Amino acid sequence: MSAPRRSRAYLAMRGRLLVAPAVILLLAASLFPLFSTLRYSVIDYRLLASGPHRFVALANYGRLFAAPGFLPALWNTLGLIGMVLAISIGAGLGLALLLERAVIGRGLLRLLVISPFFVMPPVAALLWKNLLMQPVSGLFGWLSALLGAAPLDWFAAAPLTAIALIAAWQWTPFACLILLTSLQSFDREQREAAELDGAGAFAVFRWLVLPHLARPIAIVVMMETIFLLSLFAEIFVTTGGGQASSNLAFLVYSQVMFQYDIGAASAAGIVAVLFANLVAFFLVRAVGRSLDA
Amino acid sequence: MRSSRKSSVLFTLAAWCAALLVAFPLLWALLASFKTELEAVAVPPSLVWFDWTLENYRAVLSGSDYGAALRNSVLIAGGSSALALGLAIPAAWAMAFAPTARTRGTLLWMLSTKMLPPVGALIPIFLFYRDTGLLDTHLGVILLLAAGNLPIAAWMLYANFREVPAEILEAARMDGASLWQEVAVVLAPMALPGLASTFFLVFTLAWNESFWSLNVTSTDAAPLTAFIAAWSSPQGLFWARLSAASMLAIAPVLVIGWFCQRQLVRGLTFGAVK
Repeated sequence: MSAPRRSRAYLAMRGRLLVAPAVILLLAASLFPLFSTLRYSVIDYRLLASGPHRFVALANYGRLFAAPGFLPALWNTLGLIGMVLAISIGAGLGLALLLERAVIGRGLLRLLVISPFFVMPPVAALLWKNLLMQPVSGLFGWLSALLGAAPLDWFAAAPLTAIALIAAWQWTPFACLILLTSLQSFDREQREAAELDGAGAFAVFRWLVLPHLARPIAIVVMMETIFLLSLFAEIFVTTGGGQASSNLAFLVYSQVMFQYDIGAASAAGIVAVLFANLVAFFLVRAVGRSLDA
Repeated sequence: MRSSRKSSVLFTLAAWCAALLVAFPLLWALLASFKTELEAVAVPPSLVWFDWTLENYRAVLSGSDYGAALRNSVLIAGGSSALALGLAIPAAWAMAFAPTARTRGTLLWMLSTKMLPPVGALIPIFLFYRDTGLLDTHLGVILLLAAGNLPIAAWMLYANFREVPAEILEAARMDGASLWQEVAVVLAPMALPGLASTFFLVFTLAWNESFWSLNVTSTDAAPLTAFIAAWSSPQGLFWARLSAASMLAIAPVLVIGWFCQRQLVRGLTFGAVK
């Protein structure tokens, strides 16, 4: 009984059987939709039109690129990701540096800082939109009135920035926690040696700490980018779309829901996938390196 | 020595101010949830001196939509996490204890499926669900969220199992333990903390997931994310009540999240940051 169990071939066989269910679900949930989207993007497919779905080569892409909403959506996608990355990593790094040095109540500090990450996007977006950013009764309006400035109607004047702020609030804890974890593994002896050699605080940060953080920052950039590419709920509950705030994800949704144009929507989906793969290429490489280590 | 003590006091103070600022929107909403609708929109806002009331919570809890949404959230998050772990445990177990030449490739391939943004999969999934009657069903959302979280679960468990010394399992096998005994008696107790934190992280992610849950549910399977999103309509702008509903929607996973925040880093960076 026990001899075949330990044989290498048996183990490998059993291993495959145990991995198979997970692989099958992932295959079904990734390759099937990916290839379907690819196929839809080159056929003429409208929900309300009957008849055969003719092959139209790149006509859907042409129609998509020519649509008035496409370029803004592309720029909004990039703008949103850029703004959220800049704010969340900047603020997250600042917070991490502070939390690392704090001496009282570190556990509670972490709880306060991590909390926004666990707030579901519709809640985050609606609380910010109403309680904080609403120009008449929101807190920001009242604060700017105190300072003698006219209250800003965020979602009318700068909808994309407003949405980016909300998303950045949610992702700052993520960046902070990862950078904090990495800071805590930073070699103290190295820092002390540098300080003994007369290196100032800034020099230590610039030449020792920052290089140490390069990889975690790269990983934060890539993980956030993957998630932010599909940012949807924040737009859905605040502006409900429109050229000023729709990203690619929202464009796909509205192409299907309002235009019934599966072909063009699929083309937009493929554009998002291409962009994600560009980012993913680097992420998989970085993580693969950590497997070898 | 004195100057370093002074600087750590300053850093602690600054850290507390910054942390409170980060958490402020939540604390502010918590406060608003105890106000009357009139006080919630009052300018200047009242901080503490208002008539504290539980009326908003009573109103939300007595509404039928909240109960249904909560039930759907528990079913969807619980079901998808159970399914994700049910598939990830054997896979991670095999990859950690019987690695082959293909294990590394499999792990990286699992990770790479996470790189397909949901928006790239939305249309075929939506059409497939429409044709098979999976739209607006628990099973439909559970399958999607389980697939979405499976790579994270497999990676976390893989890292977790790898920390269990193989010699202990070997020794148990030498002593004549069956495979089942090896797993249930030897491995499970050691891996339990990792299993629990993996489940909770995946549960939290599923609870908050707002792309699929808004796109493939409408009424029957609509979870709390959809329940809250419905408050975006202009006629639903009761701020105090919105705040109370929000607090009720986020409370369970906020508490869970606090407990598994450390595993969060490993889980969401696929072990690349330690």
